[in-house]
Amino acid sequence: MHDMGALTGAPWLIAMLIKVLVVFFGTMVVVALLTLMERKVSAWMQDRLGPNRVGPGGLLQPAADGLKNILKEETYPAHASKLFFVLAPMLAIGPALITFAVIPFAAPLPTPWGLVDMIVADLPIGILYILAITSLGIYGIVMAGWASNNKYSFLGGLRAAAQMVSYEVSLGLSLIPIFFLAGNVTLTQIVWSQQQELGWWYAFPLGLSFLFFVISAFAETNRLPFDVAEAESELVTGYHTEYSSMKFSMFFIAEYSNMVTASALMATLFLGGWDIPFFTFDNMRVIAPGIVEGAEPAWWKTLLTFGAFGIKTLFFIFLFMWVRWTVPRFRYDQIMHLGWKVLLPSALAYVTFMAAAILTLDTLGVPFDFWYGLILTGVNLVPTVLFLVLIDRDRVIGGTAPAARRSGPLPQGITATRRPNADANVERENQEA
Amino acid sequence: MLESYVPILILLGVTLANAVGMVVLSHLVSPFRPTPAKLEPYESGMTPLGDTRERFSVKFYMVAILFIVFDLETIFLLSWGVVMRSLGWQGFIAALIFIVVLTVGMIYEWKKGALEWE
Repeated sequence: MHDMGALTGAPWLIAMLIKVLVVFFGTMVVVALLTLMERKVSAWMQDRLGPNRVGPGGLLQPAADGLKNILKEETYPAHASKLFFVLAPMLAIGPALITFAVIPFAAPLPTPWGLVDMIVADLPIGILYILAITSLGIYGIVMAGWASNNKYSFLGGLRAAAQMVSYEVSLGLSLIPIFFLAGNVTLTQIVWSQQQELGWWYAFPLGLSFLFFVISAFAETNRLPFDVAEAESELVTGYHTEYSSMKFSMFFIAEYSNMVTASALMATLFLGGWDIPFFTFDNMRVIAPGIVEGAEPAWWKTLLTFGAFGIKTLFFIFLFMWVRWTVPRFRYDQIMHLGWKVLLPSALAYVTFMAAAILTLDTLGVPFDFWYGLILTGVNLVPTVLFLVLIDRDRVIGGTAPAARRSGPLPQGITATRRPNADANVERENQEA
Repeated sequence: MLESYVPILILLGVTLANAVGMVVLSHLVSPFRPTPAKLEPYESGMTPLGDTRERFSVKFYMVAILFIVFDLETIFLLSWGVVMRSLGWQGFIAALIFIVVLTVGMIYEWKKGALEWE
């Protein structure tokens, strides 16, 4: 127990303002750099160079893009509902930027005036706040789709609404096993539970939850393979087809800051947040203003844990981009199938299974420590393997169209994969070349 | 307790100011030279046919209704999840009954074809 002094009065106000501004501008700068990173990673995966003209290594590209977008001409399509048309990008960007407030991003920092928590607002409702605010993001997209008076936008908005709503259920359900172990909804307590109480990052004892959460988060952020709301090959750019200039940029910023928040959330909930693995010098939590349990806070610990948090978050951001260039886009019926018929029942069954497993361990009197986590990790392997084996990939997310499947097997002599004269065509093309 | 929400309000204020600022700034500095063709809804170069806000598939409505049922289930289970270990097996049985009832509802809607998108 360490009493570092509570922060009160003017220093509290100044520290809070600094934290708010750091989180806000930090997110904006990270988002700007992400637009560059996305293009660089895409280029790298496709063996291209990517942006490299503006500034060293293309570093000033986001600034150039931002400036260009501000100066570009705005259009308001005829018959669009102008009020909602302007309101939509604001509604999209608002929730995206304020969700980060409840995520702890480093160990508490001791200062001469008292202890500063490295979290903007340690709300007692924690995750409920995140669930509530992220679901507001749907309004911006639906409003944009409806207000544009454009068929592509309208379809994109509808699709986005149904998809985000569907995956929100499995997103919520995949969080429940975390509360079993953490016993609280605040993110600081969830981090503490992973670094000290249980000593296991939840990605191990709750592996399947982790998988469900990652899939749902991809769907919630409208990223590939779930980007049917934009689907440039079907809907031009979906709900923001009619948007130009800065308003288009705002949807872009909203999408990327949602990505940052989702990545930070995955890191916090399943990879221990700012916890540094295998070391105990950073295991601390604030139990009352200024009072710390566990290790003693120090400025270098804050710095190191912030680095750990950054690396974990960056890993998930990279995963978003990695998946984008690996997995092709789902068809809309496949997305709905995956959400309602696969993830929802599986997540429900998993919640029940883990509850039974945890209660059995409690009944047997296993102490809540390293071994508890190890046993749970082993037990968790059973549903994980079962899920991965039972999920019939061809039927759930496969390429065969539903109509084709109903008509039964193909007639003899015709194979689905190869046209009879495919080789001859290739031969001819080679000769022409 | 309530003072922990103050930073959220300030962050919300900064975010809203930023959002409004972006729109206003670009409105002030960007040119605006509308032509009839420019203002037409984009339909891949074709002249737009009919109005956008017509009837659309009832499936979307269905999904919204189903969402309410299952999201409420999630919220109920969430509060159970937080105290699950202290409630013990008794709470587990109660939650199980709740889950079974909703699962029956889900099987019904599944069989009715509410989840088919073909």
